[in-house]
Amino acid sequence: MSKNLSIRHRAEKRFIAYGFISLILAATMLATIIGSMIYRSIPAYTNYSIDLEINMTEISAEDEFEDINFRGIIRSSLFSFFPEVESRSDKRKLFKLISSSASYTLRDFIIENPSYINKKFYFNVLFTDDSDLFYKGYVDTSLSESERRLDNQEVAWLNELKNTGRVKNKISKNLFLNGDSREPEVAGFWGATIGSLITISVTLLLSFPVGVLTAIYLENFAVKNRITDFIEVNINNLAAVPSIIFGLLGLAVFINFFGMPRSIPLVGGLVLSLMTLPTIIIATRSSLQSVPPSIREAALAMGASEMQVVFQHLLPSALPGIFTGTIIGLARAFGESAPLLLIGMVAFIVDIPATFTDPATALPVQIYIWADSPERAFVAKTSAATLILIGLLILINLAAVLLRKRYEVKW
Amino acid sequence: MPIYHGLYVSLWSTLLPIFLIILLLFFKDSYLNYIVIPFLSEETIDLGIDEILYVKSFLINNISSLSTLISSGFISEGDANLLVEKYQESRVVSFSSLVLLSIILGFVSYKKLSVRYDARRRVERILKFIFFVFSTIAVLTTVGIIFSLIFETLRFFSQVGFFDFVFGTHWSPQTAIREDQVGSSGSFGSIPLFTGTLLITAVAMSIAAPLGLYSAIFLSQYAKPKTRDFLKPILEILAGIPTVVYGFFAALTVGPFVRSCGEYIGLTVATESALAAGLVMGVMIIPYVSSLSDDVMTAVPLSLRDGSLALGATKAETVKKVIIPAALPGIVSALLLAISRAIGETMIVVMAAGLAANLTANPLSAVTTVTVQIVTLLVGDQEFDSAKTLAAFALGLMLFVITLALNVFAMIIVRRYRERYE
Repeated sequence: MSKNLSIRHRAEKRFIAYGFISLILAATMLATIIGSMIYRSIPAYTNYSIDLEINMTEISAEDEFEDINFRGIIRSSLFSFFPEVESRSDKRKLFKLISSSASYTLRDFIIENPSYINKKFYFNVLFTDDSDLFYKGYVDTSLSESERRLDNQEVAWLNELKNTGRVKNKISKNLFLNGDSREPEVAGFWGATIGSLITISVTLLLSFPVGVLTAIYLENFAVKNRITDFIEVNINNLAAVPSIIFGLLGLAVFINFFGMPRSIPLVGGLVLSLMTLPTIIIATRSSLQSVPPSIREAALAMGASEMQVVFQHLLPSALPGIFTGTIIGLARAFGESAPLLLIGMVAFIVDIPATFTDPATALPVQIYIWADSPERAFVAKTSAATLILIGLLILINLAAVLLRKRYEVKW
Repeated sequence: MPIYHGLYVSLWSTLLPIFLIILLLFFKDSYLNYIVIPFLSEETIDLGIDEILYVKSFLINNISSLSTLISSGFISEGDANLLVEKYQESRVVSFSSLVLLSIILGFVSYKKLSVRYDARRRVERILKFIFFVFSTIAVLTTVGIIFSLIFETLRFFSQVGFFDFVFGTHWSPQTAIREDQVGSSGSFGSIPLFTGTLLITAVAMSIAAPLGLYSAIFLSQYAKPKTRDFLKPILEILAGIPTVVYGFFAALTVGPFVRSCGEYIGLTVATESALAAGLVMGVMIIPYVSSLSDDVMTAVPLSLRDGSLALGATKAETVKKVIIPAALPGIVSALLLAISRAIGETMIVVMAAGLAANLTANPLSAVTTVTVQIVTLLVGDQEFDSAKTLAAFALGLMLFVITLALNVFAMIIVRRYRERYE
């Protein structure tokens, strides 16, 4: 008997251990995902750059900006470090060490500060992703030349540049403030973030009123009949339809049938709001249900009409729950990317969108685009964007939790 | 109450005009066609359909600005003047008639008001109707999904045989540009896509089912409230991570890891193996399994549990012999919902699974899935009449039907189960 009991107790302990281990495994996976993203994103936050001496003395203020050869100015400044480099191909190789964006940033700087014309000054110029990764120690120089992106000559040049003391490692503003770019050192996720925000505001504006009014109708006014039953079953099913199907719907109906343009946040917002609608309806209904019937009956007894009961009594007490449900639905829409791929929000867009109809992309889609890019530096960028996305989502969900804790009415 | 009188008048004066504006927006396109077509010159009409369409859309898009119309060269100066004039006139007419209508309606309803007039009931009736219109949007969405999918699918089946699609074992949707090229007609056998989807789903469920169930058991039966408060958010965060992040993680970390592990024990593993995508998908699905089965297990009546414990069963025995059998329908439906989630999941497989349609059951090889093919067929520019594009809609319809069936089935099981205990 006692032997039997100890076997049973051991089985009990094993059972608990299984449960605990599976939770620990889930936690480990979460930690691995976040940890690997943090680890891989480290090179993305800074960028090596060099202070080049820009000589604008030969340019007079009368020259048009278009006529100034900014590229040439930067080239000659860079070549002044290496007077021994003579051949054209070597020069081209040397110039490729710094970012091709350099001449544009210099031009923009001069247009903003015309007083620098006629002067000699130091100007900070970014390195390309490859040189940058070399300085950060991600290029293994023990490999043979053909297996790495920089050959021995370029490595020697970079080391020599470093010895001049002009090379700096600065926080990469581009990452946070720019739109997309083919050059990893210039690309940033600000454009995608704005695109996401515009899309989500369309979603909010459409799905919140429609969702809440639908829920109120179904909960309070609808007569129980076949039609309302059908609507109910429908909403529950819609909540479980794979998101990509909504993308197909958007493509067939909004773009093909109504002829709306591709890649715009308006269509994205429409598609996402159809996706979010069931979540909001279900959340609203359950928080309306949680208001005790006594409130409703008391109001009715005082002579309030059905509509007054809803808008003056039920809705105010249900509002925290409704907001929480809406925020959770929007958070899901914010992280969604599959339907946006189908309606063309996956385009390469440099400009930062400003309106509902500017071509745009969204933050999750930007992650997808960067993850597909062959340049190694994009891995770090993608990881950084991923962390930002997860951070934003955790903030949004935290807001929902706090809202519920702060305003939830306990009956 | 006076507010209802005001609301009554304003609803009357705005509702019908708003409805008319929506109608006008619908018919704007065909009306523009109607006023633009007479102005197309003979030469344009001779050029062919594409040119006519181009000129027409150019005129329609720029109809409000005279200078662009004239500089385009599609239309003479006099005609441009006439066209713009006609357009402005139609705008003025429609705008002023809307305003007039609104004023008349407002005035009529205003005249009806009096102290005894029951505006509240009438306003509420109107509002109720508006609410009803909103509540049909959810239905319209479903109808839209079904119709758009069915419509495009029918067009697809007019080009590709139904049996070739459903029972074909070869998938290569590339249709050649020239007739005489090799493989000029793509083949659209969807079997490899569905076996690929099933393979990845099976891998995912073999991770998610045990981990999710054991987590749910631990959280609902064993964990003290404090541990629960600490451990539950982990699952919630897992559920909140966007799928694109899982996809990136799968492609960047898990894929190469699985591959090198396989090489270490002497197996050849594809970088985009079904195993890697399935593993990550399994982790993604854990919270779906655990939260739903947690709910159903807590819903099992306490009397059952207490009875079992009182008879001397250990907690584990109670869980295994009493709670799980009692909650089985709920658990099954949780698993079904998780499966439907896995089948419809897109981003993980787009980023971590392959593109080649292999008909295999080996999780170490690369397979492709239904959702991956939908995305690859539809991303980028496409014409709406090639079999390649339409195939995506046919796949979408099958996906929709399968997930819908799973969901409905799960819902029926849960409903029966609830009826038994509540």
